[in-house]
Amino acid sequence: MITLKVNGRDHQVDAEPDTPLLYVLRDDLALNAAKFGCGLGQCGACTVIVDGKAVLACVTPMVLLEGKQVTTLEGLGTTADPAPIQRAFLDEQAAQCGYCIAGMMMRAQALLMRNSSPDDDEIRSELEPHLCRCGTHMRILRAVRRAAGLMNRADLSTESGAIR
Amino acid sequence: MNTLVLDRRRVLAGSGALVVSFSLGHAFAQDQAAPAPSPPGSLKTSPYLDSWIRIDADGSITVFTGKVELGQGFKTAFQQVAAEELDVAFASLKVVTADTALTANEGYTAGSHSMQDSGTAIQNAAAQARELLVAEAARRFDLPADRLRTENGQVLAPDGRRAGYGELVAGDVLHVQAQATSRLKDPATFKVMGQSVPRVDISAKVTGGAAYVQDMRLPGMIHARVVRPPSYGAELVNCDSSAVEKMPGVVSVVRDGNFLAVVTEKEYQSVKAMRALSAVAKWQETARLPDQDDLFKVITGLSSQDNVIFERNDPSVVGQNTIEATYVRPYQSHGSIGPSCAVAQLDGDTMTVWTHTQGVYPDRQAIAEMLHMPPAKVRCIHVEGSGCYGHNGADDAAADAALIARALPGRPVRVQWMREQEHAWEPFGPAMVTRLKASLDREGKIADWTFEVWSNTHSMRPGGAGCMLAAQHMAQPFKVPAPKPLPLPEGGGDRNAIPIYSFPNAHVVHHFIADMPLRISAMRALGAYHNVFSIESFMDELATAAGADPVEFRLKHLDDPRGRDVIAKAAQEFGWRGDQKAAPGRGFGFAFARYKNLAAYCAIACEVEVNRETGRARLVRAVAAVDSGQVVNPDGLTNQIEGAIVQSMSWTLYESVSFDQRRITSIDWQTYPILRFSAVPDDIAVHIINRPGQPFLGSGETGQGPAAASVANAIANATGKRLRNLPLTRKRIKDAIDA
Amino acid sequence: MTRSGVIIGVLAALVVGGAAFVFAVVWQPAIATIDPSQQTFANDLVKRGRALAAIGNCSNCHTARGAKDFAGGVAVPTPFGTVFSSNITPDADTGLGRWSEAAFRRAMRDGIDREGRHLYPTFPYDHFTHVSDEDDRALYAYLMTREPVRAAAPANRLSFPFDRRPLIAGWKLLFFRNETYRPDSSKSAEWNRGAYLVEGLAHCGACHTPRNALGAERASAAFSGGDVDNWQAYAINARSPSPVPWDADALFAYLRDGWHPDHGTARGPMAQVVANLSSVDPEDVRAIATYMAGVFGQPAGDRRHDAKTVLAEVKPMADRASEANRAGASIYAAACASCHESGRALPYGGVNLALSTAISGPDPRNLANIVLSGISPREGERSPIMPGFASSMNDDQVVALLAYLRARFSDQSAWTGVDRVVADARRTQVATLGTVAASRQPPADSAQRDKP
Repeated sequence: MITLKVNGRDHQVDAEPDTPLLYVLRDDLALNAAKFGCGLGQCGACTVIVDGKAVLACVTPMVLLEGKQVTTLEGLGTTADPAPIQRAFLDEQAAQCGYCIAGMMMRAQALLMRNSSPDDDEIRSELEPHLCRCGTHMRILRAVRRAAGLMNRADLSTESGAIR
Repeated sequence: MNTLVLDRRRVLAGSGALVVSFSLGHAFAQDQAAPAPSPPGSLKTSPYLDSWIRIDADGSITVFTGKVELGQGFKTAFQQVAAEELDVAFASLKVVTADTALTANEGYTAGSHSMQDSGTAIQNAAAQARELLVAEAARRFDLPADRLRTENGQVLAPDGRRAGYGELVAGDVLHVQAQATSRLKDPATFKVMGQSVPRVDISAKVTGGAAYVQDMRLPGMIHARVVRPPSYGAELVNCDSSAVEKMPGVVSVVRDGNFLAVVTEKEYQSVKAMRALSAVAKWQETARLPDQDDLFKVITGLSSQDNVIFERNDPSVVGQNTIEATYVRPYQSHGSIGPSCAVAQLDGDTMTVWTHTQGVYPDRQAIAEMLHMPPAKVRCIHVEGSGCYGHNGADDAAADAALIARALPGRPVRVQWMREQEHAWEPFGPAMVTRLKASLDREGKIADWTFEVWSNTHSMRPGGAGCMLAAQHMAQPFKVPAPKPLPLPEGGGDRNAIPIYSFPNAHVVHHFIADMPLRISAMRALGAYHNVFSIESFMDELATAAGADPVEFRLKHLDDPRGRDVIAKAAQEFGWRGDQKAAPGRGFGFAFARYKNLAAYCAIACEVEVNRETGRARLVRAVAAVDSGQVVNPDGLTNQIEGAIVQSMSWTLYESVSFDQRRITSIDWQTYPILRFSAVPDDIAVHIINRPGQPFLGSGETGQGPAAASVANAIANATGKRLRNLPLTRKRIKDAIDA
Repeated sequence: MTRSGVIIGVLAALVVGGAAFVFAVVWQPAIATIDPSQQTFANDLVKRGRALAAIGNCSNCHTARGAKDFAGGVAVPTPFGTVFSSNITPDADTGLGRWSEAAFRRAMRDGIDREGRHLYPTFPYDHFTHVSDEDDRALYAYLMTREPVRAAAPANRLSFPFDRRPLIAGWKLLFFRNETYRPDSSKSAEWNRGAYLVEGLAHCGACHTPRNALGAERASAAFSGGDVDNWQAYAINARSPSPVPWDADALFAYLRDGWHPDHGTARGPMAQVVANLSSVDPEDVRAIATYMAGVFGQPAGDRRHDAKTVLAEVKPMADRASEANRAGASIYAAACASCHESGRALPYGGVNLALSTAISGPDPRNLANIVLSGISPREGERSPIMPGFASSMNDDQVVALLAYLRARFSDQSAWTGVDRVVADARRTQVATLGTVAASRQPPADSAQRDKP
């Protein structure tokens, strides 16, 4: 049994230490946002935040997560009360099939937590590990810029731990 | 003209199915022996209104479509259409997508037919349903129907009386066949159609709600992974799975001939067991794949059925200046971000399969055939997957799940393909060769035009169990059916091979190749991607030979007024000028096509930057104009066109399936790279020419060909070198510059 | 004359003579400017210059990440401060636009710019001095036909007295020999070509040879290893730490393709070098490989000879290593083995770590760098991708992993100070990824080298 702290709550998980976090999130904890895109660390669809940094959950085995805090998209907000990043992606309708979007949003969230006003080059560079096959890139970039605007206007704290 | 097209007494007499024969009577009244005009869109094949619209006594409304949500926003668009014609609030409807137990059979969600077929059916069914409800209200209020109006799900009388749709519904009021024409709302009064209503599915997708077949979790569900052969036709000669069966969580190892899979309780156990099983599986490989470095020779060397598909002759027009060009497209991959997945459960004698197939009915037929079950005992329910862009591994995953579920009756089985499997086994977009020749007359107009295209079929979709890998690999295998060309006017390899331009002399030949050295099927735009790429590149080559501006040159040969409008719009919004000259290292390109010569029109102007040191090409900005007829959701349409441009750019600059003499070698994102953010353009602008009241025109694929040619033309403009072999890679561009 | 008078006189003469001598050495005349628009160059010459520039790896130092080609501005850290590379585009005001060919040749030959100032030996003219006049002419033709970019390099950040250029003259007196490569008639033409390139334009020793306290290469320790941007440039002579010894064929394949199944994939600054060499005439790469094979020499008797032997010898060490480093062992099994023991061929499968020089090398810097940053994809081209673990592993976890890898996959003694190395690596990766083009350019697949 391993204890895993996800979205602020402790979970007891029956998983081997070599199980990638992605499978624990989806299979054991029934969380949908982080997706299986490749399992090889090549596409970014599985991205979540661990201790404030974006990681690829498909190549992050449980053995690395002791004592760390995992945040998934579900932990940022809900339909009724969306976080700025979710609000921004909704407003920009930044999705076609939407499969890559959760990973993009978590990477963007981690970026905005460390750099509240990234320029276009910085956003593109940050999202380089992420693939989108539908070609929604333009909207994704707009959504990240929009989220930055929302976060700055609300003047929210970006200390690590204060995710929103 | 009697607008109430139904005999209400007969219709409303009570329960039981009633058939209104008005359509026939109408025909007789016209004193014609002609057949009754059929209702529009998919109402042709599913004429009962309640196949499309269901209104419950509590007033809740369900819209049924035989099409599926692929991420194009159709669920939302259909909801808009129905809401508009029924005169109800957008949020008061629910859309149910393809399910063999619930919805009409609309074949595949493919070919950009959804708005034309399903959208049209829903629009008309909703309009006619509304008429029926008004008629019922008129009967109850004892008022003429034209004194009543509808608003927000109610019928209102001038004296204030009102009746909700739920109250008006009685028995099988909607179980009537649709009429050939409907009284549709005047587009000028649209409240919901034509608006950029936010999509109904995005909310769940940005908050971690269950949205995909990959998110399904049924009680008692178990996980499976298939061990696929290492190459086409490989035989499993030995597999001692005894050690694998003892691994943690393993429920079963399923083997049926060359079909091999392992099933476990938890998902990651399945991955580990699959690796272990793969290590003990011994295959005999016999595949012989062709030379990937000379696809021109490979493709044109295969035997073909040659058909002249267009011929026009005017011997009075003779050209002098003749040019020729050959264009080659490699095999390309759908590259769906989420590898295919399906869930299946055999409950008693019924098999249910949840799948992201594009066609639940054909898939059902194929799975039933594979399992020797009556089709009525197989239910296929569409659940969204990631974007498929055509026939990817979805149907195969469905077959895998069904085959495994049969071995484990009662338990829901979830099959998830691995990334490598999706890349190696999906049916690719076929390699193609085109050869063009044309002459210019003294005035610089095209005098004659010859176009030849060599291609496989572009569809090996099920119907037919033999189209699915599991069925091909079973001990008693099903044979792959003989490929057939897709008939014109839509076509497959010859899609958009017939030019939309008017040439006095034209000769178009389709060399249909039956032999499929690599597994192929439909990929977004089918043959139109390469055919439009070829035609529009060649138009530029001719324009250069004629010393003409590319936009002017096209207009000189195009009669279609909507095509002309779209070209003018794109050029104007781009700032295209005949005397323009791009900054050093940059070039401008233009291209245009009408998808299938009968669907949506799209013109694209773009600016590309080429680094002369490295040969790296980058799309800087693109401006598109599109005419889709009546627009339902402008934002959805814009999203599709933007996506088509970006995706096509990736195909065009980077993508080719790689293989050695035996195996597919492009099996992940290292070996099949696609566009990343560093190459995303600065700006894409999409300008929609809305045609209110006009039929819907399919738009999901209209951007692929023009985007490719536009980029190729811009590269030629920037470097002075014309590239004709796809993909236009950095190395090819650099070699062309250096030459 | 009194004795003191004589002494004073001699001293005065010495001082004056010394000053004159120093003046003669330090002061160099300016070379007249030219009008850039007057020059045209034959296509062939420019092409040759392009190939030579690739061998010289000019773009690596003279192109900042994301900036225009050859516009300079790359920060090169030295023990004396930071030197910024100059703009070598033909811009008239900020680049080489007004330099004559003679001025260019003097810079390459003697380390003196057009105006007569001494150049810091960060620009490795101690190697480029070997370049022939013909090759200088081709390089000049190539550079002068590039796109001019207006960009002044930032001022160097050197502490006193190193910011005084005249001091360089003294350095040159001590350490710099202005000479052209002389062929060795006892060796083959290919070997000589290799020697000419390696000692000259390719300037391998600039990274791979240790330097003395004043920053000059130690000739007696040629190719015995050096440092670059917090990467270790391994010894590429008899002291090479690689588990499988290098031979000419392996070197040729590695330099041309960027990877070799017995050694791994080129990373760090070497990635850019092999990317450049991939565009060069294979005969020249073959020549470099031949010469360097001679420098490596025949492996000593007790060194393991081929990959199979290495892999066989490493197997028994696994259990012992896992016992001693449980945390590292489980991290390796969970995070690394799925790619590094998949059996998938390089460059798309991870190299079996028993063959990795990073693990057998003298210090853990390169390994730490790779584990933290992984390998990024090359735009639009088939290329290896390795995830970086900087965000998912903390320092303790990286340290445990590195210690385990060392114990499991090499027969060398344990590293010390690994925690400091990991902390430094984390810090530097963040800093250098912003300016160095190197780590973003992994080599494309060799099988695809000549294919689209």
